[in-house]
Amino acid sequence: MSADINITNVSKSYNEVVALKNINLTIDNGELFGLIGPDGAGKTTLFRILTSLVLPTDGEVHIGELDVVKDYKKVRRNTGYMPGRFSLYSDLTVEENLNFYASIFNTSLKENYDLIKDIYIQIEPYKKRRAGDLSGGMKQKLALSCALIHSPQLIILDEPTTGVDAVSRMEFWELLKKMQKRGMTILVSTPYMDEAALCDRVALMQNGKLLAVDKPQNIVNSYKGSLFAVSANNMHSLLSDLEKLDNTKQVFRFGETIHITSNIESDNQYIEEVNKHLVSCGYNNISIKKTNPVIEDCFLALMDIETEDKDKAE
Amino acid sequence: MNEREKIIEVKELVKKFGNFTANNKLTFDVFKGEIFGFLGANGAGKTTAIKILCGLSAPTSGFAKVAGWDVGKYPNKVKSNIGYMSQKFSLYNDMTVKENFRFYGGIYGLPGKEISNKTSYYLEKLKMEHTQNVVLNEIPLGWKQKLAFSVANIHDPKVVFLDEPTGGVDPVTRRQFWEMIYETADKGTTVFVTTHYMDEAEYCERVSIMSEGIIEALDTPAKLKEHYGVDTMNDVFIKIAR
Repeated sequence: MSADINITNVSKSYNEVVALKNINLTIDNGELFGLIGPDGAGKTTLFRILTSLVLPTDGEVHIGELDVVKDYKKVRRNTGYMPGRFSLYSDLTVEENLNFYASIFNTSLKENYDLIKDIYIQIEPYKKRRAGDLSGGMKQKLALSCALIHSPQLIILDEPTTGVDAVSRMEFWELLKKMQKRGMTILVSTPYMDEAALCDRVALMQNGKLLAVDKPQNIVNSYKGSLFAVSANNMHSLLSDLEKLDNTKQVFRFGETIHITSNIESDNQYIEEVNKHLVSCGYNNISIKKTNPVIEDCFLALMDIETEDKDKAE
Repeated sequence: MNEREKIIEVKELVKKFGNFTANNKLTFDVFKGEIFGFLGANGAGKTTAIKILCGLSAPTSGFAKVAGWDVGKYPNKVKSNIGYMSQKFSLYNDMTVKENFRFYGGIYGLPGKEISNKTSYYLEKLKMEHTQNVVLNEIPLGWKQKLAFSVANIHDPKVVFLDEPTGGVDPVTRRQFWEMIYETADKGTTVFVTTHYMDEAEYCERVSIMSEGIIEALDTPAKLKEHYGVDTMNDVFIKIAR
């Protein structure tokens, strides 16, 4: 099965709640594709449609030549799915879970051991332990092993790194890169904006809509306007004082600095204005530097445009 | 440094499960009105320590005092003087917004009149008056988290524990949530917070980083970055936890 995915005009409603609004998206065979967005954006709904677990209200999805509604059996055979919520059997051991999932697909742990070795090796010492007694990180590795056990061409991972610490997240992404090298198509969702840079392409998602689809670098490059990182001696009051500035589009905290976006052409003039304002407010150690946007800046800017459009429509 | 009132005092705190030492001689203080970031890798022992500080689990040895009470001797006194919220457990999804306030206010023994005053106060502040009779299930996650934080503060606790409060919410809501944290700290409430977002570590006055049951580092974000010779808290974290 080729695993390029074609999503055409897909919508999904649950009674009055519209979870997906007319999604069009193509994902290439062998791609590591990220779906980035907060809770409630519609990521899980889209994944559940792709895995044939729910039916779209409208539209079609094809994986290679297969239609996810008509050919759902074949789709399931070739797809590995790791849901966001831990859904293995807590009262089976690590080994029993793996054997169970392998047997469903007429294969065995032995046969596909090579495929999951990199991951499984880290939990193998605990293979006699019940899945329910594993730590969060180990549960995640077991779930991934189970999703891979039938050698799928496409693997879909729903927020595998939510609630996972920065170091384990990094290790998990290294694993995904390895899987990709074996030729798998990988579709992964995350609420962590910094993980976008690790994907070949990403879709930024909010309120059931795609805000942008592109290579992470292209999304960053298409950021409009100038972005500045500001800091001063009292970071807390700085935020509300910056919000009073003229010629300023957005003001938000960003790690150790506050990011502001300018509405005017000249960067130097803007910096001067900001500096003047902050001096008059009595700040010391003022630093105003032009900075390069990251995905989170782009997301915040796109959310802003989205809200403006909505306001205009109403 | 000025003598600030200690709200959390921890000395040589040890917690063992069989042969496994989950917390190994933790020693630290947290002050009144401070925003304290409690960081660490999964499995480092953060949850164990928080459970002890909230009076839900007794230390194996050592000493911890929270909001003026010894957690080993007076766990119930500790519980009534603290607030708690986490992403996983916070409010009841099948009760309305108002019912959640009434339920938690009742648990903390507030008189009925005060509960309704506090409910109106918080709903007005969050601009959520129109939701008071809505079942929680139907409310977006970002709003729920703001509500949960308000409910955790309903009895004006001396310290509020936040266990990954911002997981999964959008970047705007996440920032609004931190505004609420700052406001609360400005009023003198101590905020003890865990997070996996390293930019949020920057928003804390001081942070501690745990690894394998031990507090490996404790200082202001600026000093930690300087000490480890790196530019971001993410790099500090990776140096310590890897």
